[in-house]
Amino acid sequence: MTQEIRVTNYPEVLTDRPTHYCPGCHHGTAHRLVAEAITDLGLVDKSILIGSIGCSVFIYNYLSLDAIESPHGRAPAVATGVKRARPDKIVFTYQGDGDLASIGMAEIMHCANRGENITTIFVNNTVYGMTGGQMAPTTLVGQKTTTCPGGRCRENEGMPIRMTEIIASLGGVAYAERVAVNNVKNIMKAKKAVTKAFEYQTKELGFSFVEILATCPTNWHMTPLQANKRVETEMIPYFPLGNFKDVLAKEEK
Amino acid sequence: MPSRVEFREDRCKGCLLCTEVCPTGIIQQSSRFNQKGYKVVEITPEAMKECKGCAFCAMMCPDFCINVFTTKQAKGGKK
Repeated sequence: MTQEIRVTNYPEVLTDRPTHYCPGCHHGTAHRLVAEAITDLGLVDKSILIGSIGCSVFIYNYLSLDAIESPHGRAPAVATGVKRARPDKIVFTYQGDGDLASIGMAEIMHCANRGENITTIFVNNTVYGMTGGQMAPTTLVGQKTTTCPGGRCRENEGMPIRMTEIIASLGGVAYAERVAVNNVKNIMKAKKAVTKAFEYQTKELGFSFVEILATCPTNWHMTPLQANKRVETEMIPYFPLGNFKDVLAKEEK
Repeated sequence: MPSRVEFREDRCKGCLLCTEVCPTGIIQQSSRFNQKGYKVVEITPEAMKECKGCAFCAMMCPDFCINVFTTKQAKGGKK
């Protein structure tokens, strides 16, 4: 006798609502990873989401968690206040690269340096997505955007910022890892990293940071499949995947 | 073991990320449009027999529109 079972189990935190993202955008996958991690760790009732400005501004529509929308780049500052007022809650921010690496650089650096016990999910798609594809600090050299139509030039605009490496070098950081979601193997690794970041917060070890390399097919002027390939061929060579800081791993050695 | 994939066609945005990760390569773009104007993906009934139920497509889908079902032997049963 056989019975049919369902292989896919979408967590309840993920609301049953169509997303506003463009076809092939990796934000949806990143939302699902966060939802799965929170559900797996049993943190649904005590999580507080700090949203940011960017394409992910409507994340509170897709995750049924208590949420605060913060001004552009200031999510780590808002999260600091929330965590200090309610240390029993799990506080996390979900930010894009224009938000975190450009206008919010001061907030994230000092938040990480103070070792605030929060988690930051950083989605890096090398461009300002929501405002129409302007150059971001993480835009790769040679990449064409609306504000560098000839391609980013090293002499004028400098090199792209590798955020995870910078964050990992700060004192208060417990966990820093860069992952991608361009294929199934990387998605599995990304899920482990996101889960670990939340786990470190529950253990009160300090600041945890996960950078997710994502695509923006619309502003890269590519099809979703071409954009997915670009992550592999252009982004991962400059933004290497892997763990850059893990306080527990050091203790084991 | 036959498996089955269901697409929520109203949610599909036709990004085709699922077609590339499918190890058997049975997912194709159909000629149908959904309400939003995207060409949705499909698996023909004949091709569905090759589905292994790995759910890679569901893992890759950024719009949560794929559900995968598989059949499992009940405990103690031989067939």
